Order: sequence, then structure tokens, then C-alpha cells
Amino acid sequence: MIELPCVLTNRYRVPQSWSLRNIESLGAYEQAKRAYTQLEPAAITAEVKEANIRGRGGAGFPAGMKWGFLAKAELAPYLVVNADEGEPGTFKDRTIMERDPHRLVEGCLIAMRAVGAHVCYIYVRCELVTSIRRLEAAIEEARERGYIGKRPFGTEHAAEVYVHMGAGAYVCGEETALLNSLEGKRGEPRLKPPFPAVKGAFGAPTIVNNVETVASVPDILRMGGKAWSEQSRLPRDGGTRLYGVSGHVKKPGIFEGPVGLTLREIIYEIGGGMLHPDRPLKAVIPGGSSTPVLRPGDLVHAPEASHPLHAWHGKSHIDVPIGVDTMRALGTMLGTCCAIVIDSSTSMVDVACNLMKFYSHESCGQCTPCREGSGWLHDVLKNLQAGRGRPEDADLLVEIANNMMGNTICAFADGTAMPMLGLVQKFRNEFVEAGKRGVGTHTLGATARALMTRTTTGGAP
Amino acid sequence: MTFTLAAESEKIVDELLTRYPTKQAACLPLLHLCQRQAGWVSPDVIQYVSRRLELPASEVQGVVTFYTMYHQKPVAPNVVWVCRTLSCELRGARELQAHLEHRFGCHANGTSKDGLFTLKKAECLAACGQAPMVQINDDYHENLTVDALDRILDDIAARTGAATKSSNGKG
Repeated sequence: MIELPCVLTNRYRVPQSWSLRNIESLGAYEQAKRAYTQLEPAAITAEVKEANIRGRGGAGFPAGMKWGFLAKAELAPYLVVNADEGEPGTFKDRTIMERDPHRLVEGCLIAMRAVGAHVCYIYVRCELVTSIRRLEAAIEEARERGYIGKRPFGTEHAAEVYVHMGAGAYVCGEETALLNSLEGKRGEPRLKPPFPAVKGAFGAPTIVNNVETVASVPDILRMGGKAWSEQSRLPRDGGTRLYGVSGHVKKPGIFEGPVGLTLREIIYEIGGGMLHPDRPLKAVIPGGSSTPVLRPGDLVHAPEASHPLHAWHGKSHIDVPIGVDTMRALGTMLGTCCAIVIDSSTSMVDVACNLMKFYSHESCGQCTPCREGSGWLHDVLKNLQAGRGRPEDADLLVEIANNMMGNTICAFADGTAMPMLGLVQKFRNEFVEAGKRGVGTHTLGATARALMTRTTTGGAP
Repeated sequence: MTFTLAAESEKIVDELLTRYPTKQAACLPLLHLCQRQAGWVSPDVIQYVSRRLELPASEVQGVVTFYTMYHQKPVAPNVVWVCRTLSCELRGARELQAHLEHRFGCHANGTSKDGLFTLKKAECLAACGQAPMVQINDDYHENLTVDALDRILDDIAARTGAATKSSNGKG
């Protein structure tokens, strides 16, 4: 069994860990105090740069570099924390907000000091009622102690933190859509440039960071950027992070690990192995539904020494350590680092149909290729599933997806097309067979249909 | 009928408006407050929000129709959201949905025959490790089976039924 570190999650097991009095002896707000009373903003940013922390929201952009991009402007900058956790398969940020909200608030305070912001908005999706309650209570406690307000820790750098509730829209996790939503508008993404670091919330320069990224900042200051970074197993991708595993495993859940665990470790050691011993692993979606699927039977082909994956030449895709750069080299993405595990009983046509239903429902509708394309993909898949499809529909799916890629304002269309292309490329046979055979691949629906038949013939409930 | 917000909620709105540089930014939280009081976002609520924030009613309406959590027609006292996205689907969400449709005698977006529950399909509710799950009003119910869900619903139905009776009695 692998030894797992307990850095970001070291207060998760404390009873009522969301209440400040229970975690004060464990160092809560010590680093924020240091940041306000002893450190210069540039020194904080330097530590974060040295920590090599790649953004935890999905894109994996180096957080320290992002802070460095902030434009000097007349308007004071804002810090916005993206807590619109909604990527299918992803449920990690919620654990921070529910079980250690003070760590996030402390991270906000430090980040505000580093980038010169006086107001921070934490944009939380409104479904996460417990997260919102605990964050608001944590902010209130911190305010009572004098950590938040006009003079935090007795200094001149005023700092306010507010929770802003979303209203149910996946696309608001896209940073410019989130800013529109924060401003009280429809959550439609904006054209970039200008990037938020130049012109973001209310026209002011804005840093948008994921919950986990911000919550890691207190530990980066405590340990020092270099030491924090070196917890990782990979270069240029530092620290520990939250991993999630869901789907067909025995022990789904969230845990902390060094950057660079392998999917095999996540599924078979931490996830407890496959849910049904007689149904082996068929596929794994590595980091939220927008990341293209991987198959355990595929082997890394990287004979040239210069190839980024050369060290894993000849090994299975699920034996490659997962990091931002390694997953990109495998043709997929690290995303949110929350894997969805799929066993051999599952039809990939059903998986595709479920995901494309999600994307067609959530497309904001601004750009035609995305609005129409996601709907068409879902329609074609529904036909395949219902036995009204044709073998050439596999090519149609590829064609539609290719016409979506890169043709829209935001990355939503790419995030729809990429997993679709990955599924058809790696499980093409299933799509062609579904087209040929028509009916008969409803593994997800089979039990439900059996239940329906039983209950409708069985009289009153 | 004109919609007005309760006095204590008006105080919350005044505080909300101090948080942002524009009035418009309070649109989403204000709609949530109104929905909590009225049960849904009625045309009167839209008129009220438009006056309170000095926005065109069309703009407020545009916001309401964009987001799934604003109810655009009245709902039952309890709203049941069944997460139907992949992780839950792989672990039995479809069975839960089928069972609920049968129990309630309605499809998604409909209301149960007894008028106590509105059934909705939700997209990923960030509880994939505790799949399958449903959200009922403010609460998450995780790692569900059909039997466990039935017990939860029986309990809520009993409480809601009792509350409705006592308020009728008072009226």
C-alpha cells in the first residue's frame, strides 16, 4: 500500500473541523498573519512560483505565473475563487469547503495580499448548500477575530471575502462566464483577449483561481515553495493534490496524494479495485468528463529518448504517472484529477450518450458549432442507442466533433468534442456495431427497464 | 399581485448591495432570496427585481431563463433532483429515476399526484464518490438504494403532510 501524505487534508479528520476553535492549534491563519505582517507581496508570489503549482481547476496553468500577469491598472484588482465545481466526475473542492473552509479563506487572504486585491468573491454553485453555509460561517469567524475587514491583523491592507452563489450552469466554471455571472448577467463566456488578468470582474484586472489552488497557498508559505514542490513525483508540476475516484470501484472517494500517482494505483490500491471482481477494467476517464478516455490495454509507444513519455515506453497507459504534461503527451488531459472508472459490462455508446446529453444541456448557446453540435452528437447517439442508427454514424460523430473543435468563443466545445473523438477512436467497433445491430447495447438501461416492466405489471406501488 | 420581499430579507438585500460595485451584480442572490420566499420566480418577482436593481425586466428574465435553479413555474413543497450524470448512472441512478417516476406517477419536471414532490433531473451535483445520489431541497442523500430512498421520502412526506395540515388548521 502506498503511503499517502496529509498536507492539504491534515485537518479533515478533526471533529467539527470547520469551526475555528477546533483547528487553531493546528496552525490556522498563521501563514496569513505572516503574509500580512512580515512578507512583501512579491515574496509571496515568488514562493508560489517556486512551488510549481499547476492550476487545480482543469487547465493546469502555473498559478504563480498567472499572478504575475496581473495588469497594473487604475482600478484595484479582484480575486475570484472558482468554486463552481461541476465537471462530471469531480467532487474534490466540495471536501475543502465542507471540511476545512478556513484553509480556503486563509488562502484567499494570502492571495489577496500577494496580488494587491482588497475584495475576493468565492463563486460557489448554489447546489452546494453545506459548502456555502460553512464558508459563510468561516468568513464570519475570521471577521470576528480581525483577520478579515478594514485592518486584517492590524495592517493597512483591507481585505473582504464574500460568497457569491451561482444558479446552476456548468458553463459558469469557465472563468469569463463566471465573471459575467458574478456581475449578475447570463453566464455566457467572453471573447479573450482581453484576459481577466487585464480586464475581468467589473472591468478591473482579476485573478481567477480554483478552490484547491488557493487552499494550497497556506501550505506553500509554511513549507516554502521548494519543499512543497518536491513532494511531487514529477518535474514542473509540484506538490500534493486531491485525487478523486468514482464509478465501478470498491471504494470511491477523495484522497490526497503526491502529484504523479498512476491510474493503476488510484484504481487498484486506493480505490480498492474493481467493484465486481468478474468485470475487469474496460476504460478510465482520467480527470473529469472532458478528458479523453484511456484503455488499460494500450501501451506507451515512445522509443525515442527525447519523447516525454520515454521512461514509460512499453508500459500500459494506466501505469504512466498522471500529471498535466504526461497526460497531454498521452493525448488526453489531467483535468481535475478525478477519475471515472468503467468496467467491462458497460456499453461505450451509453457512456457517450450520457455525456453528450450533459453537454447539449449545458451549452450556453452563444456559438452555433457548440449549441448545434452538442445537440446533434446527442441525437445521433440516441438513435444508435435506440436501434435507429447506421454503421456510418461513427464517422458522422467524428465529423460533427471535428467541426466543433476550435470554432467557438470558449473551450466548452473542445471539452465536448475531445471526449467524443476519444470514445469513437478507441471504441469505434462498438459504435459501428450499434449502428449495424440496432437494438441491444443498453447495458445502463437494462436493469432499469427490467424494473419498469416488473413494477408496471405488478400493480400498485 | 405585486411581490414584496419580507422586511428582514430587505435588510439582507441592502447589505448585499454594499458588496459589489454595481447593483446588477446582486441579481442572482436577490433572485435566490425571492425564490425562497415565493417558491418560484413568478413574473411579479421579475418585476420586483427589475425595479429593485434598476434593470430592464427583459434582462432579469434573460438571467432567470439561463440558469436551471430558478423555477419558472410553481413547484411542490419538496423538489427532488436526481443526479443523472455518468458516475451516478454507472451506479444505478437510472433505477432511482425509474422508481421515482413510478412512485410519484409523473415524469421529470412533473409533480407527484399527492402534490408533495416535484421531480427533476440534475446534471452532476459533485457527489460522484457517493453515487447514486439525489438532492431533496437543501440536502444531499448519498449512496442510495431504492429502499433507502423510499424511507427518506416516506419521512419527508409525513413531515410535509403534517405541516400542511397544521397550517390549514390555523388558517
